[in-house]
Amino acid sequence: MLLIHCPYCDETLPEVEFTYAGQAHVVRAADPASQSDEEWENFLYIRSNPKGPHYERWRHLHGCGRFFNAVRDTISDRFLTTYKAGAPRPELSSLLGDRT
Amino acid sequence: MARFNALSLLKHSLTGHKNWPEQWPEAQPRAEYDVVIVGAGGHGLGAAYYLAKQHGITNVAVIDKGWLGGGNTGRNTTIIRSNYLYDESARLYDHSVDLWEDLSQELNYNVMYSKRGVLMLAHTVHDVQSFKRHIHSNRLNGVDNRWLTAGECKEYCPPLNISPKARYPVVGGALQERAGTARHDAVAWGYARAAAARGVDIIQNCPVTAIRRGPDGRVTGVDTAKGFIRAKKVAVSAAGHTSVVMETAGVRLPLESFPLQALVSEPVKPIFPCVAMSNAVHAYISQSDKGELVIGSGTDQYTSYSQRGGLPLIEHTIAAITEIFPIFSRMRMLRKWGGIVDVTPDRSPIIAKTPVPGLYVNCGWGTGGFKATPGSAHVFAWTIARDEPHPINAPFTIERFRTGRLIDEAAAAAVAH
Amino acid sequence: MKSCRVPGRGRVDASRPVTFTFDGRRYGGVAGDTVASALLANGVHLMGRSFKYHRPRGPVSAGSEEPNALVGTRRGPGRFEPNTRATVQEIWDGLEVTSQNRFPSLSFDLGAVNDAGYMLFSAGFYYKTFMWPRGFWDKVYEPFIRRAAGLGASPTEEDPDSYASRNLHCDVLIVGAGPAGLAAARAAAVEGLRVVLVDENAEAGGTLLSEPHLQIDGRPVWDWLASELSVLKALGVRIMTRTTAIGYYHQNMVGLVEKLTDHLPALPADTPRERLWRVRAGWVVLAQGAIEKPLVFNGNDRPGVMLAGAAQTYLNRYGVRVGDRPVVLTSHDSAWFAAFDLQGAGARVQAIVDTRPSVREDLLHEARALGIPVKLGHTATASSGRLRVKSLRVNPVQGGRVGAPVTIACDAVLMSGGWTPSLHLFSHTQGKLAWDEEQTTFLPAETREDCVIAGAGRGLWGVQAALEDGAARGRGVAAALGKDSTARAPRVQGDRTGTGITQIELPTDLNAGRAKAFVDYQNDVTAKDLRLAVREGMHSIEHVKRYTTNGMATDQGKLSNINGLNIAADALGRPQPQVGLTTFRPPYTPTTFGALANYHRGDHFELTRKTPIDAWAEAQGAAFEPVGQWRRAWYFPRPGEDMEAAVRRECAAVRGSVGIFDASTLGKIEVVGPDAVTFMERMYTNPWAKLGVGRCRYGLLLGDDGFIRDDGVIGRLAPDRFHVTTTTGGAARVLNMMEDYLQTEWPDLNVWLTSTTEQWSTVALNGPNAAKLLAPLVEGVDLTEEAFPHMSCAECTVAGLPARLFRVSFTGEIGFEVNVPSPMAMQLWERLWQEGQRYGITAYGTETMHVLRAEKGYIIVGQDTDGTVTPYDAGMGWAVGKSKPDFVGKRGLARPDLVAKNRRHLVGLLTQDGSRLEEGAQIVFDPDQPIPMTMVGHVTSSYHSEAVGQPIALALVEGGQDRMGQTVHIPMPDRTIAATITGTVFVDPENTRLKI
Repeated sequence: MLLIHCPYCDETLPEVEFTYAGQAHVVRAADPASQSDEEWENFLYIRSNPKGPHYERWRHLHGCGRFFNAVRDTISDRFLTTYKAGAPRPELSSLLGDRT
Repeated sequence: MARFNALSLLKHSLTGHKNWPEQWPEAQPRAEYDVVIVGAGGHGLGAAYYLAKQHGITNVAVIDKGWLGGGNTGRNTTIIRSNYLYDESARLYDHSVDLWEDLSQELNYNVMYSKRGVLMLAHTVHDVQSFKRHIHSNRLNGVDNRWLTAGECKEYCPPLNISPKARYPVVGGALQERAGTARHDAVAWGYARAAAARGVDIIQNCPVTAIRRGPDGRVTGVDTAKGFIRAKKVAVSAAGHTSVVMETAGVRLPLESFPLQALVSEPVKPIFPCVAMSNAVHAYISQSDKGELVIGSGTDQYTSYSQRGGLPLIEHTIAAITEIFPIFSRMRMLRKWGGIVDVTPDRSPIIAKTPVPGLYVNCGWGTGGFKATPGSAHVFAWTIARDEPHPINAPFTIERFRTGRLIDEAAAAAVAH
Repeated sequence: MKSCRVPGRGRVDASRPVTFTFDGRRYGGVAGDTVASALLANGVHLMGRSFKYHRPRGPVSAGSEEPNALVGTRRGPGRFEPNTRATVQEIWDGLEVTSQNRFPSLSFDLGAVNDAGYMLFSAGFYYKTFMWPRGFWDKVYEPFIRRAAGLGASPTEEDPDSYASRNLHCDVLIVGAGPAGLAAARAAAVEGLRVVLVDENAEAGGTLLSEPHLQIDGRPVWDWLASELSVLKALGVRIMTRTTAIGYYHQNMVGLVEKLTDHLPALPADTPRERLWRVRAGWVVLAQGAIEKPLVFNGNDRPGVMLAGAAQTYLNRYGVRVGDRPVVLTSHDSAWFAAFDLQGAGARVQAIVDTRPSVREDLLHEARALGIPVKLGHTATASSGRLRVKSLRVNPVQGGRVGAPVTIACDAVLMSGGWTPSLHLFSHTQGKLAWDEEQTTFLPAETREDCVIAGAGRGLWGVQAALEDGAARGRGVAAALGKDSTARAPRVQGDRTGTGITQIELPTDLNAGRAKAFVDYQNDVTAKDLRLAVREGMHSIEHVKRYTTNGMATDQGKLSNINGLNIAADALGRPQPQVGLTTFRPPYTPTTFGALANYHRGDHFELTRKTPIDAWAEAQGAAFEPVGQWRRAWYFPRPGEDMEAAVRRECAAVRGSVGIFDASTLGKIEVVGPDAVTFMERMYTNPWAKLGVGRCRYGLLLGDDGFIRDDGVIGRLAPDRFHVTTTTGGAARVLNMMEDYLQTEWPDLNVWLTSTTEQWSTVALNGPNAAKLLAPLVEGVDLTEEAFPHMSCAECTVAGLPARLFRVSFTGEIGFEVNVPSPMAMQLWERLWQEGQRYGITAYGTETMHVLRAEKGYIIVGQDTDGTVTPYDAGMGWAVGKSKPDFVGKRGLARPDLVAKNRRHLVGLLTQDGSRLEEGAQIVFDPDQPIPMTMVGHVTSSYHSEAVGQPIALALVEGGQDRMGQTVHIPMPDRTIAATITGTVFVDPENTRLKI
C-alpha cells in the first residue's frame, strides 16, 4: 500500500484514503466542438503509459476531497512529488536530481 | 522434432531420459527476418507458429526481454471461456475455444485443456438480467452457456454457499460447460517447440529497445540488446509493455498498464470441480491439477510496471472467496504474484495493423488474454501475413476508439442502478 | 514405546505431560513440544508421504521450512486444517493429528506404486503423453490426473473461529528475534523510538535456543536471553512471538500474522484465532537468519535423514535424540557440532562423513576425543530402510573418482549442505541480490525500501558476528531516525563458527540417471529431473522450476532453490547469476485465509446501507433486494402472496388510490454557488439557465464519450442552488465526476458540491389520492395544479417537519417526493401511513416501482441503457440542449459511430401471443436463419402490466424508432416469440393522470 502526500492537507497518508484518477495534464479543450475526431480520441483515450516517471492525478477522496497531481515512478511505484492541481508541471530533471 | 507420446516416453525412460533433444534451440539473432515478433508469450509464439504453419513464413524471430512465457502467459489463472456478449467477442473467443479443443494434438504437447466448466455466479436482479442477456446471445451465436438455479449451482460446485442469508446471496449462475482451464506454461512451451521445429528463432533475454522506421515510414527492424535486427514486418505482442515498445515507432495507443495479482492456496485433495467466478464480489477460483486453489484478484487502482501489488487487495480477494466458499477459511495462501496487464478503454483487445506500414499490434487483453491465446495468435498471424485482418479480428481495430465503435463488454455488464 | 527423550536437556517442561493422537494412536509429549519433537521423542520419524511418488517421509527440519512432515490437525467440529507443519504446531492435550496423502495407511500406502514408475514419471512427463487416443483425455486421463492432486484434504465445514486485524505504526520493525534481531532491538530502543520485534516461533531467541553451551557476557546463554528479553520489554520494545512477517509491501508496510490460539488446549472466550497486523515502520531490520541446505544424494529422503541443525535443535531445545546411531554427512563445519552434541547426549555417532578432503584440525581433534570415526573426502551414494533409514552407503572420492563403497548401519543420517541466507522478505521489496562466489549464495545488495539486513541474512556466521552486526544495524537505524545509540554487542564464549563448501548432487559410482537424489522433497524433484529440464532447453531457472516444479512445494523453495540453482547452473555450464534466482513471493509461510479476510466475513463482508424506513419494512415482512451497497424493500407480500401477486396488488393500489415508497437511496447532491447554473449547463445535457426557482427538470448526464452515465430529477431551489438527484448506484460516481470537472477543468467556477444522500431521506407518494393525502399536512405550499404544478419543488413544512417537497412522478400518477432530514424520516412515514389509511395507502417496493415506470416508458439507467447508449438511442433527444455551446458528452455524441444509422434504439415491445418476454432475451428480424443468427437487439425490461392488460417490454432494437409497428422475433430455446415494436409509453401517453 502506497503512502501519498496530499499537497492540500500537507500530510503523508495511506493509499486507501486516495483514488487514482489517471494521467495528469490531459486538458479538455476549451471549445470541444472545434476538435477533430482524432483530437477527441486523444483526449478521451490515448495515454502515455510510461515505464518510469508518470504524471498522474489522484484524489484525496477520504480526506479533503481535492484532486491533485503527482509524479510517480511506475517501475518502483515511488512518488517523486505531488503538487496542487493547476500548479505548473515540474521538470523531470529537477525531480530525478534529488534522488541520486 | 522428436515426437512426444507414451511410447517415446517409455523408450526414453529406459535410457534414463538422456537422449531427449532440446524442445527449442537457444537461438542467436540473424541479420534479417521476414517477421520479427516482439514478445515471446503465448500470443507471440503462437503467431509465429501459425505464420510458419499456415502462411509458409518461417523466416521469423520471436524476441523477448526475458524468458519465454514469463509474462502474463505464466502468471494468469488459466481460465478459458467464450461466453462473451457481443458477437465480435463471442466469435473471437469461441474461435479460440475451438482451437483449444485440439491444441495438444496440434502441437504434440499436452496443454491439459480441461473442460471442467466455468460457472459465473449471479447475486442480484441486475446480475440475472445481465447473465440472461449473455446466455441468450451466446445461444444464438452457437456458444454454449446455460442458466442454473442456485440449487443447481450448488450441485455443480458443492463448496458453494447458497445461504439466502449471505451478504450477497447466490441467486443463480451461468454455466459454460465447454469452458475450463489449461496448463499455462505448456501453452508457451508447446508453441515454442512447434514453432522452432518449423524454423522460427526464439531469442530470449534480448530486450527490444526501439522499432526503427525508414524514410518512407515503413518499419525496417528493431534495435535490441543484441544489436539491430532487420525485419520486413514487426509484430508487437508485449502485453503490459506494448505502450513502451510502440511509442518507439511513434504509435501511441489507448492503453494503460495495471498490476494484477493472483494467488494459490496450499495443495489439497480434489474439492473444487469447476471454475467459479463472481463479478459482484470479485472472486475467481478453480483448483489446479496439483491441488492448489487458484484465485484471481483484481487490478490495483494505479498504473504500474512493478509487478508488486498491495495487501489490501489480497485481503479483499480472500474475503470474497471465504464469503462465497466459507469452508476455505482455514486453508492457507501459499503464494501470490503479480502481472502487468494492458487495458483498453473498452476492455477489448486490439489485433490490428497500425498506421505504420509493416507494423502490427496485438494488445489490450487486460485480465483475460490467456483464454484467447490460440485464436488471437491465429488471426494475428493472418493479419501479419496478408497485411489485412482476418474477418474475426477485423472489428478489433485501433480506429474504433476514434469512431466510437467500441466493443464494450464491461459497460454491458456493469453499472448498477 | 521407545523414548528418545534425553532427561535434563532442552527447554521443554518434562513435569507437564501432554497427550495427543496421531492417526488415532495416543502419544505422550511434554509441554513445549511440537508435534514433530513429541513424535520423535517416541521414536517416530515417519510422518508423511511425498506428493508424486508417495515416498515415506519424516521431518527434515525443525522449523517452518519443513517440506515433509505435514499433517492434518483437528480441534473438534469445524476446526480441521490440512498441511500443518508438524515441526511448528505445538501440542496440547487432545490435539488430533492425522497423516496425509496415503491410503490405506501411512506405513502401507498403495500410492507408493508410483515410486516404481519413477523412471517413467520424469520431469514434465505429462506434457509428453495422455494425448492418445484423442477421446481419452476428457474421460480417462484428466480425471485420473486430477484425482492425484493435493496433499491433505480440504476442510469441509464452516470455520467457527474468528479472525482479527489491526494497524500498527512504529519506528523500527525487526523481523527475527535471534541474536541479530535481539541486538538490533537493544541498539534501536533508545529515546522513545517505538521498536517492534517479531518472531515466528513460540519463543524469542532463535538459534540461541539450540545452543545452550554458549556463554554470553559470562552468563549461561539462556539466563542471558531471559534477562535481555526483560530489559527489552522494560525499554518499551514490543515483542511478538508466534508472529510471522508474511510480506513486505510498498513503503515499509509489512504484514504480520499472529497466531493466538492454535497452541492452547482450551479456547479462550472472545479471542480470535489469528490476527493480521498491517505495520508501517520507519525502518525495517530483517534478521531472519539462514536456512540449512540438504545434501543431494541417492536416498536422501528416507525417514531419519534430516538436517544436522534440526537434529541439534531437537536435542538442545526439545531434549529429543533423533537417533541412537546417527551418521553425520556434511560439507560444512556446522554439522560436526551436531555430531558432538549428540555424542554427548548418549548417542553413538557412527561416523562423520565429510565431502571435503580436509577440515579444521580442532574438529578432527574433538571427534577423535569423543571417539567418533571420521571419513573425509567421501560421498554418500545410497541409503536403505523403507520406513526408517537403516544404513548409509559411502564411498571415498579421489581425484574425481568414486571409490569402493562402505555401508554404515545407522538409524539417522544428519546432513548439512551449508546455509542459505533467508532473504524472502528482502526479495518482496524487489531488492537486488548479488551472487557471492565464495559462499556460493546470493546476498542482499540494494533495496529502495528503508530496510537493512542483519546477521546471517548477510552471510555472517556465528552468534558473536550476528550480535555485533545486529547491534551495528540497530545503531545505524537509530542514527537514521536521528537518535544516538551507543549499544554494543555482548561477548560470546563457546561460539561455534565454521565454513563449508557447496555441493551439487554428490558424486556416485552408481547410475546417476537412476538416482533418487531429491532436491525438492515434497514435490519429489530429483537432480536428474533438473538436468533433464536443462537438457530439454529449459535454460532459465524459471523454466526449470516450472518444468520440474522444483521450489513450488509448500516450503516455496526454502530448502530446494539454491540446490536447484546450483545443479541447473552446473548442467548449463554457466555461473549461477546467469541462470537466475526465482523470485520469492509473499507470503513467507502459508497464511490462513481467515486471517487475510479477518473482519470481512458475513455481515461485515461489505457494509449494508439501510434507510431509516428499513426496520419498518422488515417488520412488515418486506422482501429485500441488494442494490449497490443498499438493501431496498423489493415488495411487501401479504400472507399467501408470491412476488407476482404482491406486485399486482401494489401496482393496482398506486394506480387506484395511493402508494407510499421509500426512495431514500436516491443519490442527492447539493450544487450551490454563484456559478451553479453555469456548472449545471456544462455538466448535464439539458438547459438550466431558464429553469425557474421552484421548478424541476429531468436531467441527463453523459460521459465525454457521449454515452449515458446517469439521470435524475433536479430542482432549482434558489437562483444559486440546485438539488440534484442521481440513481441509487450512481451517487458516488456522479459526485466524483462533478468534482473532477469542477476542480480540474473549470476551477474558475464558484460552485460547491455536497453529497446529501444520507442527510435527506425521501418518501414518495404516488396515486390519484396522493395530493389529497398530502395537502393537509403541508404548510407553506398550496398543493393545487395552479400553485404547485407537476415538476415543482419547494422548501416547506410537512407534518411539522422541515422538508423539501418535489412534485415529480416516476409512475405516471400524481406524485410527490418528500425529503426530510433522515432522523425525521420514520416520523414522516408513520404519519403518512396513518393519515393514508383512509385512502387504503399501500407500501410498495422496487419491483412495483419498476413496473409502473416501465408502463410510462421511463428508463432505468443501467437496465435500459448499458454504457453504449446515447440520449438519441434512448429516445431522449428532447433532453439534449442542442443550442448549448458545450456540455459533457456533446463532442463525443458527434463521433462517427454515434451518429451512424441503424444504431439500437429503445422501443416498446408487445408480444403477439400475449406472453411475457424474458429480460435479456435477444431479438432478430429473421427467425428462420441458422445459427449464428444476426441479433438486432435485446429486451431490457419486461413485466406483466395490469394497466395494459398484457405483458409489456422495453427493448433496444436496431433502427427501432424507424420500425414502429413492425414485427420482430425473439427466439427462445423452446419457441420463437413474435412481438410488435411500439412506442415506449404504454399507459396514459397524454399524461392526463398527472393532473390534480
